[in-house]
Amino acid sequence: MNIKHTFYWCKKNLFSNWYNSIISIFCIYLIIITIPPFVDWVFLSATFEGKLKTDCKTSGACWVFVRVWFEKFMYGFYPVENIWRINLSFLILILTIGTSFFVREKFKLYILFFLIFIFPIIAYILIRGSFGMEIVESREWGGLALTFILAIFGILVSFPLGVLLALGRRSELPVFKYFSICFIEFWRGIPLITVLFAAAVMFPLLLPADFFVDKTLRIAIGIAIFESAYIAEVVRGGLQSLPKGQYDAARSLGMGYWKMNFFIILPQAIKTVIPGIANTFIALLKDTPLIVLVGMAEILGMINLAKANPYWLGMAVEGYVFAAAIFWVASFFLSSYSQKLEKKFSTEKK
Amino acid sequence: MKLIDLKNSFNKNFQLGNFIPQFLLLFCFVLLIFYFTKNAQVNLLARNITSGFDFLKTNSGFDVQFSLIAYDGSYSFGRAYLVGLLNTLLVSFFGIIFATILGFVIGISRLSENLLLSKLSQFYVELFRNLPLILQIFFWYFVVLRNLPSTEKSLILLDFLIINVQGFYFPKFIFSNFEFIIYGVAFSILTIFMLIYYSNKLFYNSGKRLPVFKLSIFLLILFPVILSFLGNVGLKFEQAKLIQNFGIFNYVGGVKLVPEFLALLFALSLYTSTFIAENVRAGILSISKGQKEAAKSLGFNNSLSLKLIVIPQALRVIIPPTTNQYLNLVKNSSFAAGIGYPDLTSVFAGTSLSQTGKAIEIIFIVMMTYLSISLFISLILNWYNKKIAFISK
Repeated sequence: MNIKHTFYWCKKNLFSNWYNSIISIFCIYLIIITIPPFVDWVFLSATFEGKLKTDCKTSGACWVFVRVWFEKFMYGFYPVENIWRINLSFLILILTIGTSFFVREKFKLYILFFLIFIFPIIAYILIRGSFGMEIVESREWGGLALTFILAIFGILVSFPLGVLLALGRRSELPVFKYFSICFIEFWRGIPLITVLFAAAVMFPLLLPADFFVDKTLRIAIGIAIFESAYIAEVVRGGLQSLPKGQYDAARSLGMGYWKMNFFIILPQAIKTVIPGIANTFIALLKDTPLIVLVGMAEILGMINLAKANPYWLGMAVEGYVFAAAIFWVASFFLSSYSQKLEKKFSTEKK
Repeated sequence: MKLIDLKNSFNKNFQLGNFIPQFLLLFCFVLLIFYFTKNAQVNLLARNITSGFDFLKTNSGFDVQFSLIAYDGSYSFGRAYLVGLLNTLLVSFFGIIFATILGFVIGISRLSENLLLSKLSQFYVELFRNLPLILQIFFWYFVVLRNLPSTEKSLILLDFLIINVQGFYFPKFIFSNFEFIIYGVAFSILTIFMLIYYSNKLFYNSGKRLPVFKLSIFLLILFPVILSFLGNVGLKFEQAKLIQNFGIFNYVGGVKLVPEFLALLFALSLYTSTFIAENVRAGILSISKGQKEAAKSLGFNNSLSLKLIVIPQALRVIIPPTTNQYLNLVKNSSFAAGIGYPDLTSVFAGTSLSQTGKAIEIIFIVMMTYLSISLFISLILNWYNKKIAFISK
C-alpha cells in the first residue's frame, strides 16, 4: 500500500509527462553528482582533530585550519584575555531582543529606546574599555565581531536618522523636503564601496589636522549614513500606507506636528515596515564584509591573511566555506523570520 | 489655480514658525560645506597637493591588465578613467544579460509542476541570495579560477574554448566583406516590418493569423545567408596559439577573458539572478486564475493567452523591481576592487588615487559617475512606469 502510494506520488509529481520525466532525471543526476561528494568533503573524509596542516591526511576538508584560527576569525586581533567583553555585549543584545518577544506592546517601545540610545554606549564602553578596564583601540578590533559591530551600529544609528529623513521627505516645507530628497537619492545612487573609500581616504582631509577621528568610527558613520537613506525609503513606504484619516484625527484632537507623528503616525507606520527594516538589515549584514577592501581585519580579511600564512597555504576553500556557512545561517534565518512577520502583518490588515 | 497654490505655499513658508527651522537647516548646511572647504584648503596646502582637475591630463604611469581601448602608462589619467568606466559597463552589460536569462529560467522553474525542479530552484535561490556578494566573488576567484590547470595542461573544450589559470580563450571571429551581412539584417528587418503590417491587416479583414514570429525568424536568417553567399563573405577563426617563450608557455591571440572578469561576472550574474527569479515568480503569481480562465472562455489557445494576457500583465509587475536589480548590479560591480578587476572604482578610486593623492577630486568624480548611471536608469524606469500604469477611471 505504502509503496503503491509512493509510486503514484512520484508519477504525479515527477513523471507526469515525457518532458517532466526528462527534467526529473536531469535533476536527480545533478543532485547525485553534487551532494554526495560535497557531504563526503565536509564530513565523511574531513579531518577535525589536530594542530597542524600536516595532521590533515585525508582527501576531505581540513577543519583543523578553522579550529586553529577560530579565535582570529571571530575576534581579529582583539586581546584574548578581553574577549569576554565582546561576548558580554553581544549577550546583552541577544537577551534584550529575546525579552522583547515576551513582553507587552508598550514595553517594546522602551526596549527599542534602550537599543537605540543606551545599548551602543554600554557596548562601546565594554568593547573599547574604560572604567579601569584595559583600553583596546579600535584598530585591534576585527573578525566576525567587527562585522556584526558595524552592521548593528549601522542599523541602530541609521534608524532614527532614516525616520527623520522619511518625515522630511513628506514634509510640506520645501527646504526640508528637497534636502531630504537630494540626501536620500544621493546616497542610494552610489555604491557602498565609494562611501568606504571616502570615509577612509577623503574624510580626514575635510577635518582640521588636529581633530582625529579614528578609521573604524569614520567607516561606521559612513555605513550608518549610507544605510539611513535606505531606511528612510522603507519608512516612507509605511507612512504612505497610512490612511489620511489618521492625520486628520490627530489634527482634530489638537496635536501638533511632532506630537502627531510620535504618538499616532510613526508607531503605526513603523509597525508595518518592520519586515522591510529587517530586509535592510540583512542587506547591510551582507554588505558589511566589504570593509575588507579598505583594509579592515574583518572575517574575510582574516581568512585572506590566514590562507597566505606559509604554514597554511591552500586552505582558502575551508576558510570561505566556514564564513559562507555563518553568513548563510544568519541571513537565512533573519529573512525567514522577516517573511513570517510579513505574513502576520498582512493577515492583520484583512 | 497654480498661482493660488504658489501664494499659499509662499505664505506658509514665511510664517515665522516654519521659516526659522528651514533657514537654520540651510544655514547649517552652508556652514558645514564652508567648514569642510576651509579645512581641505589648509590640509592640502600643508601636504603640498594642488587641487583641481588638471591631473586628468597628466601621464598616469601605471598599466592595467584588461582594457577595451588602447591604454598604457603613457596615457593620461582621463584615459584611465575611461578604461575603468568601460570595464564597469562591460561587466555590467554581460552581467545583466546572464542574470536576466538565469533569473527567468529559475523563476519559471520555481513554479514548475515538477516538484524536484521547483525545490531545486528554491534551493538555488536560497543558497546564492543569502551569501555576501564579496564572499562569492572571492570564492569564484581564489578557489575556482585560480585553481584551474596551468597553461601547458589547459582544458580544451571542442577545440573552441581553452581554459587555464590565465583565463578563458575564445577564437576570434574574423570576417571579410562583413558589410553584406549588415545589409542582409537591415533588409530582413524591413521585410519583417512589412510582414507585421500585412498580417495585422489580414487579421482585421479576415480574422486569419499568420505565424509572424516563426516567419520573422526565418526571414532574419534567410536574407543574411543569401547575401553573404552573394557578397562572398568569408569567416576565419583565429584560435589562440600556445607559444613557448624563455621556457614559459603562453597562449597568444584569440579573445582572452581574464579570470578577474570571469569571477566578477559569475558572482554578479548568480547573485542578481536570484533576486530576478523572485521577481519573476511574484509577477507570474500576481496574475489571478480568472484571467487565464477568461482567456480560455474567449477561445484563446494556451500560447495566445500566454502571449496576450499573462505575459503583458506579469511584465508590469516584474519590470520595475528588476530594473532596480540592474541598478544594484551596476553598483555592485564596484566590488571588483576586491580581486583587482580594473573597473571604475579599482582603477580610479584605487590606483589613480594612490598615485596622485587627490582624494577629494577622484572620489567626487567616481561618486558622480555612479550617481549619473543610477539616475539615468531610474529616469528610464519612471518613464516606463508612467507609460504602463493602469489608467483607472
